[in-house]
Amino acid sequence: MSMNPRTHSAARTIAIGAALTVLAIGGTFLLDPYWNFQLATIAATLCAAAGLTILLGHSGQLSLGHAALMAAGGYGYALTVNALTDAGIVGLPRFLIGLIAAIALAGALGWLLGLAAARLRGPYLAGVTLALVIAVPAVATVFSGVLRGDQGLQIAFEPVPEFLSTLIAVEQWQAWVAIAVAGVVITWLVILTRGRLGLRMRAVRDDEIAARLGGVHAGRTKVAAFVVSAVSAGAGGAVLCFVTQSVSPGAYTLAFSLLLVVAVVLGGLGRIGGAVIGSVLIVMLPWLIGAAVGAFSLPAEVQQRLAGNLPLLVFGALLVIVMLVIPAGLAGILPRRAPRIRAAQADASESTTPRHITER
Amino acid sequence: MDRLLFLFATGLARGAVFALFALSLVLIWRAARMINFAQGAMALVATYVAFAATAATGSYWIGLAIGILAGAATGWGAERGVMRFVPHGRPLTGVIVAIGLVMVLQAVLGFLFGPQFRPMRTPFDDSPITVGGIPLLSPYDLFVLITALVIMAGLALLFTRTSLGLQLRAAAFAPEVSRILGVRVSRMVTIGWVLSSAVAALAAMLLVPTELGLNPHATDMLFVYAFAVAVVGGLDSPAGALLGGLTVGVAMTLVTGYLGATAAPIGVLVLLVVVLLIKPGGIFSMKEVRGA
Repeated sequence: MSMNPRTHSAARTIAIGAALTVLAIGGTFLLDPYWNFQLATIAATLCAAAGLTILLGHSGQLSLGHAALMAAGGYGYALTVNALTDAGIVGLPRFLIGLIAAIALAGALGWLLGLAAARLRGPYLAGVTLALVIAVPAVATVFSGVLRGDQGLQIAFEPVPEFLSTLIAVEQWQAWVAIAVAGVVITWLVILTRGRLGLRMRAVRDDEIAARLGGVHAGRTKVAAFVVSAVSAGAGGAVLCFVTQSVSPGAYTLAFSLLLVVAVVLGGLGRIGGAVIGSVLIVMLPWLIGAAVGAFSLPAEVQQRLAGNLPLLVFGALLVIVMLVIPAGLAGILPRRAPRIRAAQADASESTTPRHITER
Repeated sequence: MDRLLFLFATGLARGAVFALFALSLVLIWRAARMINFAQGAMALVATYVAFAATAATGSYWIGLAIGILAGAATGWGAERGVMRFVPHGRPLTGVIVAIGLVMVLQAVLGFLFGPQFRPMRTPFDDSPITVGGIPLLSPYDLFVLITALVIMAGLALLFTRTSLGLQLRAAAFAPEVSRILGVRVSRMVTIGWVLSSAVAALAAMLLVPTELGLNPHATDMLFVYAFAVAVVGGLDSPAGALLGGLTVGVAMTLVTGYLGATAAPIGVLVLLVVVLLIKPGGIFSMKEVRGA
């Protein structure tokens, strides 16, 4: 009669995910086009940040190159969409096929990184991913025949579907699409981390040797974590390309990649809610600081330099302070519900927040 | 053939700088078991100080000396102010904190000096000398090569022949035992950081004049190169850092010379992945890398 607990839990997660997605889509009616555009950007960033928080928080692997995986998604999407446009395919099929191509390309890159990650210890992996994101502009330039160098690729404008065109503006439609994709990605991530894969990732993170003795294939688990994380980042890249109708190396710099790490750490490692807080912060704080700086009557150059560097300074300082003082992140300050199934075992290592990140 | 010789010779000079910077990473690794991802940004602060000092005094050498002191001071500040609070045995926490430090330093430099590239002068001519009709090293390259080798030899002497060197090594390898025997371990770790960032500052000051110029991101690529060198050479081996540095320097100069400057980041990525997949401990490290 009763449902299998796992299926039940997954169904619950999907229901909650769908409800939150609908709620967020409803929220777009409260915002003007500018803020809907910002919301779409936040949703795209959230896909990548959520993937990164799973990778770092649950499997203990640090990637400084998630912007490169987003770029892979963006380029995959743009190339596919342009090819489909030439073939006369438009609308939803074009978007979905483009999204799948983006996910496939980012996933493949993530798989390769994962293979390297399975053999490397923490700081080495961080170095390789750093080299990867620095190589993004070089790849775009060397293959400029296809990727168009620094200029990047432009894609065809995607109008609001006809039955909605009288109701909403294009920015709102873009926000809807971005939120829907983010909703699906995050629901999928939550189901995965609550399931077997999540358990294996945490086992390998906490004690690789013990996990191996327990029959967990550590290498495969690390690769799987990387692929999952890369797929999320790829979806984020595709959404960002859909929203801005372009993809270029300038959007996926080292600085942006480090901001994703900031988002994940500030929010709280391994927490989806933390990734939401972090993504909102990294999109909104530069805007807020820009507005605050604009309120003072300073010389134009000082103002420009302040607006450009103050967010970086604040994020860097927050990163240091949060990491050293409150490693659980901002989401960790809020009271949280005890895990449903394991409430009885008050074992911190079962929780989704790592007590420590080991390099093993 | 001439071009190959020229690139090879220039590559040696660049490689010596990479080796020097990688050696600074090795120094911190040996002192604190941490890869300092902020090393590039810290060296950049010192380079800006040197730039300002040279501009103020008109002398390259005073700028260089002040820059090295500024590097040492940055290392002291970073260790005492931030990195010492990173819990032991959590290398990823160290990496993330260092990244935060990079952002802070680059933001401050960006605010003070703006994003533009500032050309740095060299104390010697940087057009190549011709030997038997073949253009080879420039006098500046020669200066760089000799300086790097002298500093490395000096560090080797310091570590193997002096009491301080012995204490530094003892504090790194067996902190508890060293403490019982009267070595001030925490001071030794600080000295390791100070030495390391002074060396890194020197490397950055030697390299920046040959590149595009001074900019808040001028050492991003140097760090990636030096990281590649440290990985190729093995993080535990100063000799490995030298051999690895020369290898990476020559390899990257050849890639740049034949395929163009844009291909260099791809070249270093390929090199990193290949080395890490084939021999994760580093090509030149004989012993297995000790666990952290």
